[in-house]
Amino acid sequence: MNMEPEYKPRKWRVLGTTPVRRDGIDKVTGQAKFGDDVHLPDMLHGKVVRSPHPHARIKRIDISKAMALPGVKAVITGADFPPLNQAVVAAGEGGSVSMQDIADNCIAKHTVFYDGHAVAAVAAENPHVAEEAAALVEVEYEILPFIQDVREAVKDGAVVLHDDYVPGAFLFPTQKALPNAGRLQLAAGDVEQGFKEADIVVEREFTTATVHQGYIESHITTCRWDSDQHLTVWTSTQGAFAIRDFLASILNLQLSQIRVIPMEIGGGFGGKDVVYLDPLAAMLAKKTGRPVKMAMTRAEVLKATGPSSGTYCRVKIGCKKDGTLVAADLYLLFEAGAYPGGPIAPGALCALTRYNIPNVVIDGYDVMLNKPKIKPYRAPGATQANFVVETVIDELAEKCGLDAIDFRLKNATVAGDRLIIGMPVPPIGTVEMLQAVKKHPHYTAPLGGPNRGRGVAYAFWFGAGLTSSCEIHVNADGTINLATGSADLSGTRMTLAMQAAEALGVPLDDISSSVSDTDSIGYTFQSVGSRTTFATGYAIIKAAEKVIEQMKQRVAMIWETDVANVDCTVESAGVADFVDRNDPHRRLHFKQVAARMDETGGPVSADYTANPHGVGFQIAANICDVEVDPETGKVQVLRFTAFQDVGKAVHPDYVAGQMQGGAVQGLGWALSEGYWYNKDGRLANSSLLDYRMPTSLDVPMIDTVILETPNLGHPYGIRGAGEVPIVPPPAAVANAIYRAVGVRMTTLPMSPGAVLEALWAKEGKPASVKVA
Amino acid sequence: MASVWIPATMQHLTGGEAVVQASGSTVRELVNRLDEVYPGLKAAIAQDDGRLRPGVAVAVDGYITSLGLFQRIAERSDVQFVPAIGGG
Repeated sequence: MNMEPEYKPRKWRVLGTTPVRRDGIDKVTGQAKFGDDVHLPDMLHGKVVRSPHPHARIKRIDISKAMALPGVKAVITGADFPPLNQAVVAAGEGGSVSMQDIADNCIAKHTVFYDGHAVAAVAAENPHVAEEAAALVEVEYEILPFIQDVREAVKDGAVVLHDDYVPGAFLFPTQKALPNAGRLQLAAGDVEQGFKEADIVVEREFTTATVHQGYIESHITTCRWDSDQHLTVWTSTQGAFAIRDFLASILNLQLSQIRVIPMEIGGGFGGKDVVYLDPLAAMLAKKTGRPVKMAMTRAEVLKATGPSSGTYCRVKIGCKKDGTLVAADLYLLFEAGAYPGGPIAPGALCALTRYNIPNVVIDGYDVMLNKPKIKPYRAPGATQANFVVETVIDELAEKCGLDAIDFRLKNATVAGDRLIIGMPVPPIGTVEMLQAVKKHPHYTAPLGGPNRGRGVAYAFWFGAGLTSSCEIHVNADGTINLATGSADLSGTRMTLAMQAAEALGVPLDDISSSVSDTDSIGYTFQSVGSRTTFATGYAIIKAAEKVIEQMKQRVAMIWETDVANVDCTVESAGVADFVDRNDPHRRLHFKQVAARMDETGGPVSADYTANPHGVGFQIAANICDVEVDPETGKVQVLRFTAFQDVGKAVHPDYVAGQMQGGAVQGLGWALSEGYWYNKDGRLANSSLLDYRMPTSLDVPMIDTVILETPNLGHPYGIRGAGEVPIVPPPAAVANAIYRAVGVRMTTLPMSPGAVLEALWAKEGKPASVKVA
Repeated sequence: MASVWIPATMQHLTGGEAVVQASGSTVRELVNRLDEVYPGLKAAIAQDDGRLRPGVAVAVDGYITSLGLFQRIAERSDVQFVPAIGGG
């Protein structure tokens, strides 16, 4: 294994600057093309028929009335789909997925497992007729008992969802352990002995609600078959190749028969890396011989796409009087939803990773119940695990009489320490970041009133490497066309162009950066796991090196010398001038060489497919000030500062935007977001009026502090930045509430009702309100 | 000899040992040799067709490698079988 650091310090010309976002104007003026902007000649519109029951057997589907409606062209059910040609497909280093589960989640074959589960789909001349026809599809159900609480689902005698199942393998395989749950155990040392050595032990139970990513744009797709049985798909996705691969399996096609064109994407956060509508639209298009477009309403998005897990967690952590952590015992029940594969593994892995604790047991369960199949949401599983652990860590620090940051500094892992899984921690600024928190003016600023408190939290996330491909083409005028397969969720066309400009030594304005479809670029894993700027950037740097080598050969040809005599100044001066090593006055600029490509062998271009290993990890911390209204329980966030070690910040404004966006999503998770199911197992808040995400009126300005410890696994020191900022906010808010009004919150969201319950419990009053 | 870190869920196969020693030039050789000493370990890591089990990643000397069982290792390499890492 190559242990040589890939990082090479240099003076940056482009990285660290903040150029204006090129796609910004198009996006705010409506010029950018999203999935709903696709309009094809002769196009039909599809609509899904969904189950109103959380658990039921499909006895009969009668499509006759729907088909009789003028304008209706086709109705499909699960029976229209071919048998699967693959049981399980690999998902890169993201584990593996059961294709049967993915396919059944798109359209139920025999049994529906949650409110909103698709059972049929119609195609009609316009969306209104399609909606009317969907209502005419008659489905006879045999209603089955249901479960929606993880604690109930793991009890003996619980309703069993599946007679058999492939244990969840999101990031790491669980073992089949219970009728409704796979199990994952992590352990180190002797936890029983560890607790015997502890002077102080805190044990608490927590529950957290199911939450949705809340992307602005819903799921939208358009499918068209060509006469040669090739399928073209225009869709909103974080990964065109994943959509292609899933479709090929579900429709029993060859990969080369499918072309997926990724449109501009209005948010994903982990929720748009899988198929929902695409197979249905493809099948309707096949049946009708016409293109079919399908779009979800907001209610459908909330009911039937993958949110993040609700959880029940029991946490017991012990330390010495001096604050040294000695033992931890975690019992984690994470919702998987209707099928296995929730984020129990990353939740368990990230729960304690930032601390040195010699004796640890983590007993995690991936629990199936009658809710939609869980999908990743920005550092999947880590936010829930961080909330429960950082709350207990805060309590231990208080009981030790130590400052909250000093306690964390005493126990923080540093480079070379071993994670619970044995891997060494790579160089990252754990101590530097915690010290930055403590030194920040916010940490000691007066709170300025009663019922106000300040909390901190500290978080860890892995991030991903995985496969990325790119192409670089040099034009005759010296400008560059850069193509990648990475969906642009957050401005990555710019951050990738900046790396290309740095590597090629050309002006940023000379680079046109685009996202290619699956027929036009090499395989590229989804834009997930904070990987795009890191991994696709890595591929670009390697491709750029190939371009520079080719350009040197052209220069050698022009000068009629050996290529060994040609030097390029891109690394030393940041600009691509080619210099004769024997005559420093003889030089050609990049554009001068490009102008002579035609006479020296034709176009210069290079591609590269990379799978970089040195991800480098991510850490973040928050300081949060809140004011609690003791009459209503409402929590107002007064001030918030986010800290993060991002490696080299390619575009510091974009990094700050990621930190701010993650913090706001974390605050929503903390204070107001959560699925409410009624007694019939139906989602009761399937609109953004009732599923309460934060607005600009709910949050203060999120101040950001960027730390830049280079990631040695990337030539420019870059590490992922997109996920970890969502992790610490709920714990920071909970710890702030404690300091404001003296109650330890053990539930998310910390809604006014939940805070009031806690305050009443503290005062010995009986709870008069049942909190959802 | 390389040091191999055994996940908690597989430590019943190594008699509770969290770190074991083995030699080999690739991860596959390492696994084969370990299986001779700790029967069942190979089956826990690799499929019948010889490929790494889905969801299991291999880390060598601090880096998760996409080469899996094909990854070459050095005399004193540090090897972990770990949850593969992705994200949202």
